[in-house]
Amino acid sequence: MEFIYYFGDVFAPMSFLLLLIGTIGGLILGATPGLSPTMAVALLIPFTFQLEATQGLILLGAAYTSTVAGGAVSAILLKIPGAPANIATTLDGHTMAQRGEGAKALQLSFLSSAVGGIFGVFLLIFLTPVLAQWALAFGPSHLFWLAILGVTVIGSLDSASVVKGLLSGCIGMWLATIGFDDIMGAQRFIFHPSLGGGINIIAALIGLFAIPQVLTMFAKGRHNKGAEVIKVQKHSIGAAIRELVSRPLALGIGTITGSIIGLIPGVGGQIAGLVAYDQTKKFSSEKEKFGKGHPEGVIAAESANNAMVGPSLVPLLTLSIPGSPTAAVLLGGLLIHGIFPGSDLFDNHPDVAWTFINSMLIGQVLMCLFGLYVAGLAARVAQVPQSVMAAIVLALSVFGAYSVQSSMGDVYVMACLGLMMYFLERFGFSAAPLVLGLILGPIAESNFIQGSMIANATDGRSAYFFGGALNMALIAVVLASIAYSVWMELRSRRHTTKEEAQA
Amino acid sequence: MNRSTQHIFGAGVVFLVGLWITWVSYTQQPAEAFLFPRLISSVFVVLAAWTFAKALMGRSKVGDGLNRHQIIGLVPGVLVMAIYVFWAAKTFGFYTATTVTVFILISLYDPAPHTNPRVWAKRALITACFMAVMYGLFALLLKVYTPREILF
Repeated sequence: MEFIYYFGDVFAPMSFLLLLIGTIGGLILGATPGLSPTMAVALLIPFTFQLEATQGLILLGAAYTSTVAGGAVSAILLKIPGAPANIATTLDGHTMAQRGEGAKALQLSFLSSAVGGIFGVFLLIFLTPVLAQWALAFGPSHLFWLAILGVTVIGSLDSASVVKGLLSGCIGMWLATIGFDDIMGAQRFIFHPSLGGGINIIAALIGLFAIPQVLTMFAKGRHNKGAEVIKVQKHSIGAAIRELVSRPLALGIGTITGSIIGLIPGVGGQIAGLVAYDQTKKFSSEKEKFGKGHPEGVIAAESANNAMVGPSLVPLLTLSIPGSPTAAVLLGGLLIHGIFPGSDLFDNHPDVAWTFINSMLIGQVLMCLFGLYVAGLAARVAQVPQSVMAAIVLALSVFGAYSVQSSMGDVYVMACLGLMMYFLERFGFSAAPLVLGLILGPIAESNFIQGSMIANATDGRSAYFFGGALNMALIAVVLASIAYSVWMELRSRRHTTKEEAQA
Repeated sequence: MNRSTQHIFGAGVVFLVGLWITWVSYTQQPAEAFLFPRLISSVFVVLAAWTFAKALMGRSKVGDGLNRHQIIGLVPGVLVMAIYVFWAAKTFGFYTATTVTVFILISLYDPAPHTNPRVWAKRALITACFMAVMYGLFALLLKVYTPREILF
């Protein structure tokens, strides 16, 4: 119950102001098609440099929570998911809006997001300290395998092609080795003076998530016209609350599914929303209404994608393994303030950890309150032409990358990585494992070197890295995640081939 | 270039990068500094070879490549972006270069007709408002000292 002691810190004037800014800004950014939560958080990181670690994390955490929920606005009113996590919301939400129930759909979406989100943050509160203590038993070999696990799980589960996902992870890990070696001081892969200090993680995150979006908007050309926003008629919030309470099955399945999926490293909110939607449809007595504007569809999808947010931070705060791409960006935000996740975070920086977690709890309530009022404004922002959005995001990326350490080199690296990522994405590679590789690469390398030194003094490298129950268990999970993804890929390919043959 | 050729080209570039990393990792000294890169590059080159082989056999299922319409849309934007990032930002200063770039990009990709003077005024207004916000945020609030060569 240690978290209760730090509740007051969330209400310190500056912290609360940042929480409000993060929540309202996140709702608006989330509603904007093309601005994913990951990209929004990455673009916000430069604004946290001048803040204290706690304040910076409050801003980023609030933005993370609200962008996921805000994506429902454009999903419901424009039929364009604000983020991949809101794909399932469009299925029923937009149909509801078309038949004049837009306000009801929005209210249900924010209320169920808040319920799911609060449940998810409570899981984060109660699971994190337990796992953080357990993490103390981890030595260099275990931490090495954990870092590899983080990259392979996200590489295999988050990508349409397992090989390309793993290859993306390798590219990220290689990029992390560029610069001077920590122990010998040797130069590694420095083929341009801008790379002398290695690749700055924040500049890289901005480039990898923001620039491909800018280029995607460019590729659509001049002919894309803004989507039509459906007008929202008034609906009583009391009636929406009664509707939500009368549908406990959808809310329960959504919340629990989202929480479980959030705990698995690498599995994002997109999957949480779709799985919850599918499961609720299976168990519902009104399954024929799904896809035709059924409130349960909105409740299940939105409670799941917000319930995922809190648990996705559990592996991040305890084991340094981000549960989602946005959590990976948050890890970058922690590291630039000199804070390392794990038991150290709760022992040496409890004020930072608990104030951040508590702010996410309060943020869920604020997100629900403001969401209902900001929805109209957010929908208008969602109509901002792509030409304006692309120019704004490009300028913000350049200023953001430069402000990290006032270096043009970071701007060049940001732009080059962004261009590279755009073309890699066109060939089926994914940004999430590449970012994970970039962030977890140094953790894997330092533990590999430490482990090798211990191994040389004891019973050899293979016995040290492949012996022991925990090492074996971690290797088994790495192999199982790859095997499962290969099986899923083959199954889906067989299904597609069968469908093609029938057609 | 069709989708299959694009995949061969893309996977080929990744494979060449993999080969180069592996060669550097195994030939550079001191060997201790390249212990981890050797591990990574070995896995990298195997996966890259696999991807390249699949592309050569025409079995790359994931990734749509780029079509002609997308390339036509992309080229002017990428050119403006490259000039802005790699030359103009440093040469003319961040705020001047950004003002010009934002205005050009908005004008290039705005579907509204170029013959209407009100459209041009709207584009200029959006650029001016956005630059005022950027100046307020970065120069006044965050106090980031960006290169300033012309005007501000």
